[in-house]
This record gives sequence, structure tokens and C-alpha cells, in this order.
Amino acid sequence: MILKLSGLRAAGLGAAMLFAVPAMAAECIAPADPGGGWDFTCREVGRLLSAEGLVEGNVQVTNMPGGVGAVAFANVAGKRADDGDLLVATSTVGITQIAQGKYPGGVDQMRWLAMLGADVGVIAVAKDSDIQTLDDLLGRLKADPTSVVTSGSSGAGGWDHIRLLLLAEAGGVEALEQIRWVQFDGGSPAVTQMMGGQVGLVSTDLGEIKGFVESGDIRVLAVLSDEPISAFPDLPTAKSQGYEVTGYNWRGFYTGGGVSDDDYNAWVEKLKTLYDSAAWQETARASGLEPIWRGGDEFNDYVAEQNEQMANISREIGVIQ
Amino acid sequence: MDILSLLWDGFAVAALPINLVLIVAGCFAGTLIGALPGLGPVNGVAILIPLTFAFGLDATSSMILLSAVYYGCMYGGRISAILLNIPGDEPAIMTTLDGYPMARKGQAADALAISGVASFIGATLATIGLTLFAPMLAKAAIYFGPADYFALYVMAFATIGGISGSDPRKTLLAALLGLMLGTVGLDPSTGVARYTFGSFNLYDGFDPIVALVGLFALSEILFFLEEKAHGGGLVPPGRVFPRLTRVKEGIGASLRGSVIGFIAGILPGAGASLGAVMSYSFEKRLSDKGTFGDGDPRGVAAPEAGNNAASGGALIPMLTLGVPGSGTTAVMLAMLISLNIQPGPLLFERSPDLVWGLVAALYLANFVLLILNLPLIGLFTRVLGLPAWGLMPLVVAISYLGVYAITHAAFDLLVMVGFGILGFVLRKLDFSLVPVVLGLLLGMDMENNLRRALSISGGDFTILLQSPIANVIYLLTAGFLVLSLWLSRRGSAIPSRLETPGD
Repeated sequence: MILKLSGLRAAGLGAAMLFAVPAMAAECIAPADPGGGWDFTCREVGRLLSAEGLVEGNVQVTNMPGGVGAVAFANVAGKRADDGDLLVATSTVGITQIAQGKYPGGVDQMRWLAMLGADVGVIAVAKDSDIQTLDDLLGRLKADPTSVVTSGSSGAGGWDHIRLLLLAEAGGVEALEQIRWVQFDGGSPAVTQMMGGQVGLVSTDLGEIKGFVESGDIRVLAVLSDEPISAFPDLPTAKSQGYEVTGYNWRGFYTGGGVSDDDYNAWVEKLKTLYDSAAWQETARASGLEPIWRGGDEFNDYVAEQNEQMANISREIGVIQ
Repeated sequence: MDILSLLWDGFAVAALPINLVLIVAGCFAGTLIGALPGLGPVNGVAILIPLTFAFGLDATSSMILLSAVYYGCMYGGRISAILLNIPGDEPAIMTTLDGYPMARKGQAADALAISGVASFIGATLATIGLTLFAPMLAKAAIYFGPADYFALYVMAFATIGGISGSDPRKTLLAALLGLMLGTVGLDPSTGVARYTFGSFNLYDGFDPIVALVGLFALSEILFFLEEKAHGGGLVPPGRVFPRLTRVKEGIGASLRGSVIGFIAGILPGAGASLGAVMSYSFEKRLSDKGTFGDGDPRGVAAPEAGNNAASGGALIPMLTLGVPGSGTTAVMLAMLISLNIQPGPLLFERSPDLVWGLVAALYLANFVLLILNLPLIGLFTRVLGLPAWGLMPLVVAISYLGVYAITHAAFDLLVMVGFGILGFVLRKLDFSLVPVVLGLLLGMDMENNLRRALSISGGDFTILLQSPIANVIYLLTAGFLVLSLWLSRRGSAIPSRLETPGD
């Protein structure tokens, strides 16, 4: 009987998938292929929103990859600006793109709902690397910027790259543009290439390479947070080593610029309830996120400010003119 | 032995009634999803993730279901490739080369049986490899750097000239066209837009699966319309039951293809498509007597074994390192994380139930797929007996649905139509379409790895020749080319071969 029911449900879901029934209540657009961070944000938050009874039925997750979020941004701005049932996943990475003029519009085109947590940047080397400390690394880069080949999961000028350059700048490295940067399709491919000796350093989100930290295959020189992080209290922050650099990658949502105040406030409230739930706190920590809340107007202001900062940094290090 | 006792525990997990049900259901769903043009394993797995949450499945059961779907898709992709000349997913393109000619000769049932058995052999050997050597192989795979991957793609392109029957110059030209199309989109290493003409829709370039559905499915329809106007007909259904003797002809090729595919699968930067290409080219060089491209059973067996073995191989970096070897394994990893299982080097130690339960489930899934697929051959071949006025519109509808389901962008439907027209024109000019897709599919990875190697060296091209692994690959490539040159010279001395010059 149960099997029969689940079969029916499966068929229903399959049919819904194929014919994209418009009556679905809530929808979350993940502006990337399945499997990445934004996809994860949509699927996890979507799952918990319905598990906690905050939305009716399931949250439909739509993958809309393209241009590091630009395609989804253009789609929402052009066609669904006033759709009150829509969430779009984004993160610091998306703001970086906007600040560098790579989206068809600025942050003021959307309404920013909330962030629910943040991944923390790490700078790591292989366990058998002769680079022992952050001071050691920055000393080498200062003497010869090409001496260590650096890598991460973003392209040149992306957030992984910028975080590293901020640190190098704080360490007194002058020829920032000479530092070699290699892009891989994610944090763990970058780490395995580092373990194989192809590159010397990885700068990425801690959550992506948590497994390698636990197994001891890599040495973390610095985490880019204000305080030591709860899951790995022993990892040293860059701040504790005298470099005033932090590099969070928050995870959150925006919705169309034409969404009514009522719908906007309702979403912020639902997300806040979700954030406060034990289930989210647990899920976030398990995936390497530090639960951090900013919502509503506060978040809107925060995004505007970060956008400004990011544009300044990008200009400073020569990513944009 | 330690591994055997772990595997035995794994079978105890996999043989739980709920898991058995999931294996059978997953295999069946996967075969269907794989057979539909456009829908492939990535979508299949992504569609099923909400279901695993809805049923409250635990991590092990979820992984078993998704892996069964993944394996099932690899089996299914070949069905439409053989019957309709429309590959169900990317790795199945090589199967069209000999599978469809077999179907045209009325041997569809044989081709389906051969590919089914080849898939079984490939997947089973890969699963055995996974059981015995996973941690060791993963350690070896990490020493493959960007320069080595680049060499691997050079090898693949060096062998492309010989894969299709028509003029090798046209094959190379078609591959070049694919490579050019592959440069469209954001440059991954710098984020600069290339050939996008200001359209955000082109920022991610042409999705190979969209190109594939357009090139194969739509051009096939256009061709059919034209032939119909001239009184041509459909492929004959032929025999309903396969002949055992034909199946036996593919066994050797399956074994060789499995080994090549497995190696391609283990390397996270390679994958199932590359595995299928290499298996086919190697087999063609080894056993071609002028029958490849014309419906040779070995030309069906080798790439099918290759792509199934590669899928099994891709689970090795996924389980031992947490590195996705393909889009599908990336989705599976994301699901593990959301079930509070941290993928990475410690997965084997911390979650032995999950890993070994999954491995055992893969063995079972293989048997289920074989048993499921062989009796269905009769049903599949009857598809060819459907009247064209029913079948052809259905193919068009499925193509549109499949492509839309992947990207949710109407723009991609236009891209698909564009590729359909391109495919029609190219076929009119007697170009093979396979190299176009390969150029597009492999070219992007080839370029990425070249760019990475050059980023490491600071722009110095000699890095490409500094790695011993890369040098071995270049030597193999050179040997391969010399061998094929020698074989073709010897071949052209035989009078009957003069009819197909340059083959």
C-alpha cells in the first residue's frame, strides 16, 4: 500500500517536472547547475521550508545556470520582477559579479531578502608543503610573487582570488598582478591537484574542502573569519596572526525588484523562522556554514555596502578599470 | 580477506527489501530517462533528489537509488542511439556509429543485445575495479595534472580523424567546427565573454546536450521528411529476438573497451564521453576490416562497455576524495552533504555501511539492468514498427521537452533548432556529426586544461612537455598514428579497399 502510494506520488512529481505545473506555490531559482553551492542553498532551504511547514507543499527548485548567475538575474529582472513566490539563491560570489559589472544591472534592481549563514574562506597548503605559516607564505610571495602557484574555484578576479589578494596586500606584497592564479571547477578538485603537486596553495571556502581538513591531507594556514570557527576552533584566523583580512561567503536570497512589501516581509519572516529553527542550525553547521542572520532592510543595506566595497577592491587590484 | 568481508556486509545492506525495491525502480527509471533524448543522468538524478527527501530515505538508500538511476541511464542512452540514430545522452554518441547501421540492416535486436551485454561487462568490471583498488587508484589519479589532461585530449583528437567512415578531411573539419563552437561563452579562467554578442543566454556557451539533440534528433526528422517526399521509408524492425552468435562477437571488444573506459572514468577531468571515444577508436584500429561504421558488432560493444566502465570508474574519485568525476557525481555529492555525510578522504572509514552498501548495490543493479534490458529488446524494436506519423512527432516533442527541462530557457530551444538545421546541412554535405559534438564536448575541457597549465607556468608552453605522464601519452599517440598510417597503406593495396579511399 505504501509502495503504491509512493509510486503514485513519484508519477505525480515526474509529471509535474515534465509539464512544469504553474500552480506550484513557492519556487527557488538556483542560478547554477545541480551540485554547486547555490543549488545546495535552494535545495536545503527549500526542503526545510516545507519540512517546517512554512510553505505549502514542496519548494520547486529550478536550475537556471549561466554567466555565474547573470542569466537568472536577467530573467528575474525582465520577466518575474513582481513574482512574490520566488526566491533566488545568491552569495558573496554574486555580489562580486554585480560589483564588477558582469550582471545586466545593479544591486538596486532586486530586493534582497536575507542571508542565513556564511562559509569562511581558507588558505591551505598540502600537508607536505614546506610552507609552514601564513607569515612564511606572505614572506615568499613578497620576495617573489611567482614562487607559489595559487589556485581556487573561481576565475581570476572572482571571490576566491580577491580574498587571497587582499591577504597578500595586507602582507605587503606589491606586485599583486604577478601572482599566478589557476582556476579549477571547485574547491575539492583544486585540493587534489595541490596534493598531486600541481599547484602550491588553495584559496576557497572551508565548507568545500572540510573533508580534507579532517583527514589531515592539507595544512590550513589561515581562516578568514573574525573569530575562530565553531567546527574547527584550532584553525588560526588571519586576524590572530596580525593580518586584518576577513573573507566570508554568505548564502542568501533575493527576489524581484517589483515584489510588494507584503510579500517581501512575509518571505523575510519565514526565512527568519527557518533560521531560528534547530534544523537549520544543524544543517548549516554540518555543511560547514556559520549561521549568521541579516534580513530585510538591514540586509538590503549590507548588500549595497558590500557591492561598493567589492567594486573598490576590484579597482584597487586591477580586476576592473 | 578484509575487502571481501566488508563487501559481504555491504550485500547485507543492499539486500534489505527497501533497497532492493529502490535498485529495481532506479534501474527502470534510469533506463527510460537515459533513452529519452535530452534527459540524461544529471537530470535524472536531480529529479529524484526531492523524492528521496519526500520518502525520508537515509543516506545509504538514497545513494543506492541515485546510483541505480545513474547506471540505468548509461544503459538507456544507447537505445535511441541504435533505433533512431538519436543518442539519449552524450556518451552514447559513439554508439550511433555502428548501432544505427545495424538497425538499418534489420539487426536492431542484435545491436540492443550486444550493447546490453557490453554495458553489463563494462559496468561489472568497473565495479570490481572499484571494490578492489579504489583507494590505490585514487592516489594515482591525483598525479594527473592539467598538462597531462591536455595530452589526453590531444590523443582523443588525434584519433578522431579515423572514427567515421567518410573522408577524414571532412571529419577533421567537422571536429574543428565543434571546437570553434566550443569557444563561445565566458572564458572560465578570466570571466571574459567570447562571441556572446552581448547576450546573457550565450554566457555559458552551447550546452553539448542541446547541440546533440538538435544535431541528431532534429536533423534526423528533417532527413526523414525529405526521404518521405521521395518515397523512402523507416528502418525495418527486423528480427525481434537477438542471436547469441552475434552477441559473442562483441565480447572481446567489450573487455578491451571496459579497461579503457575505466581508466578514463577514474580521472576526474576525463569522463564517460572520452572513455567511449577512446574505446571506439582503439577498437576500430585494432579490428577494423572495413566493416566499422557499417554496422560492426564490435563498434557497438566497445563504446558501450567504455562508457559504462567510465561511469563506474567515476565513482572512485567521488567516494575516495569527494571529487566529482562528472556532473552526475557532483549532484550525488551535494546530496550526501545535505544528508550530513561529509564526502572526502575519510568517507571509507566513517561510513563503511554507506560505501560498501553502495558497491554491493551496484553489483545487484548490473544484474537487474541486464535482466531488465534483454526481455525488453522485443518491446524496444517494436518502436520501429510504429507508424512514422506517430513516432516522428513524438521524437520532436520529447526533444523539446527534454531540452527545456534541462535549462528552463526558451532560448535553448532556438539553439537546438539552429543545430538541427546545421546538422541537416552538414549531413547533406556528407559530414559526420559525431566529430562536431566531440569537438564541442571535449574541446572545452581541453582548453580549460591548457589554460590551467599555462597559468601554472606563467605562460610558458614548455610545461606541456615537462610531465613524464604527458610524454608517455604523446608517445602513445604518435605510435597510434604511425600504426594507423601503416595499416591504411597496407589496406589500400587490397583492390576492394580502393572504393573507400582515405579510410
